[in-house]
Amino acid sequence: MWREGENPPNPPLRKGGFRRQFRNLPPLQKGDQGGIFVLLILPGYRGKNLTTMPIKTEPMTVNIGPQHPSTHGVFRLRVTFDGEEILEVEPIFGYLHRGTEKLAEERNYTQIVTLTDRLDYVSSMINNQAYCLAVEGLLGVEVPQRAKYLRTLTAELQRVASHLMGIGFFLQDLGTLGTPLMYAFRSRERILDLFEMLCGARITVSYMRPGGVFFDAPDDFWPALDQFLKDFESEYKEIEQLILENEIVMVRTRGVSLLPLDVAINASVSGPVLRASGSDWDWRKMDPYDAYDRMEFDIPTATGGDNYDRFWVRIQEIHQSIRMVKQCIQQIEPGPIRADVPLILRPPGGAEAYGRVEASKGELAFYLVSDGGISPYRCKVRSPSLINLTVTEHLLVGWKLADMIVTLGSLDINMGEVDR
Amino acid sequence: MAVQQLTGEDLAEKVAAGVPDSVEQMVDGVLWVKSPKIADVAGFMKSDSALDFNFLNSISAVDYIDHFEVVYHLTSMNKRHTAIVKTRLNGRDDLSLPSVYHIWRGADFQEREIWDLMGISFSGHPNMKRIMLWEGFEGHPLRKDYL
Repeated sequence: MWREGENPPNPPLRKGGFRRQFRNLPPLQKGDQGGIFVLLILPGYRGKNLTTMPIKTEPMTVNIGPQHPSTHGVFRLRVTFDGEEILEVEPIFGYLHRGTEKLAEERNYTQIVTLTDRLDYVSSMINNQAYCLAVEGLLGVEVPQRAKYLRTLTAELQRVASHLMGIGFFLQDLGTLGTPLMYAFRSRERILDLFEMLCGARITVSYMRPGGVFFDAPDDFWPALDQFLKDFESEYKEIEQLILENEIVMVRTRGVSLLPLDVAINASVSGPVLRASGSDWDWRKMDPYDAYDRMEFDIPTATGGDNYDRFWVRIQEIHQSIRMVKQCIQQIEPGPIRADVPLILRPPGGAEAYGRVEASKGELAFYLVSDGGISPYRCKVRSPSLINLTVTEHLLVGWKLADMIVTLGSLDINMGEVDR
Repeated sequence: MAVQQLTGEDLAEKVAAGVPDSVEQMVDGVLWVKSPKIADVAGFMKSDSALDFNFLNSISAVDYIDHFEVVYHLTSMNKRHTAIVKTRLNGRDDLSLPSVYHIWRGADFQEREIWDLMGISFSGHPNMKRIMLWEGFEGHPLRKDYL
């Protein structure tokens, strides 16, 4: 028999189907949210509305990473959760620190090009470009026209490849199990094949040199590039149709992890992350280098500053990059590809230069100081991925665990560049 | 519309008027500032409506054996101009600079990196600890005497 203080016994089973067992459950009260009813087994809780019952939680600190598939490298987030809600975030990195800046002080100016490949290893062409612009600033060398166009062309192709990876992994973090990522990689592979035709390497290209580029494009390159552009049009349309107005993508990313413009500017955020918050700041327009002063392109901007906008800006930038590649093909003319510079460079002592480009992640800059020797006295890398991480805390606090992974994907960081 | 670099004497005069006894000189387009005043100068350059430097591009430190230089690259996104501000720290031990963390939040990781690799600490930074290397690492590897 049931006594006071004990759990009430379940009523005897009635004849009939499953639903008939719950006929005599208490009706909903006025204050009830209409939430979860425990219907079956738990004695004592049967029929009670769990959403109105007090649930105790306490903050819990979890290390996510350094080896977690969605951290895009060896990156650790120390997160304090209350349930699923994020209370505190601290990004911790340095696991991939290779001391690029110290290594650069012991190599000559041409050798450092290979080190720059390994910073943001999915956009090595643009890293080469930033470094070469800085060295040319030290030397005061004028780059030949054909080399400028080749640099612009390869940098834009690299931006397409990098953004494709950014989009692919962003959707991977949303849980799409590979399909958009494979679509993105299909096109990216074609671009890497084009780079292989140019310089023999796919990832660590080292294609650009102070004063120009290393090789002229082979004759096969131009038909292959035309074929790629032709195929890419339909391939990219396919990707866009799949993801751009996908309902699940919209629901998961719209209005999540907002970044207001003033916060973004104050935190020195640059690149697509800044442009998704409403700024139109792009060094290709503001301080044109190489052949960008002769390119016609628009700067896609969004005003929401949420995860979807960061993703959308990257998608639109690919269109602009392809537009620039086509203009390069039209405008490029035969000529020398490298200025007359010696193999061992000796910039004047005391000279310094700040070479910056709009890389796929943001403003990438090299600050070089020369002492008149064959290697730079100081080579500082301003890496956009590192500085974009400044806003992690602002973006994540108050959101849920599942949003954290997506937001990290929308920042599109690269650990090779964060840690250097 | 391209970005202009402010290199003229008028920048030095404006900063000197805004923050007295702060500017050392203006050489080769670089504004040299006395090191204890760097945070005041930064605050002035951000808040002054004509200068309006709202974007901190980068902070770099250079080791010249007998002294250190800290270089600030600044940009104004509204006025579309840039400037370079430098300051000098003499000696090699117990170096400290006022932090610009509260003026530009983007200084956060860069100042920590300079402390980690160059050994210049920033007073006023709320989280001044190593960033690339682990806690307990001895020395500052980007210094010229670190081999």
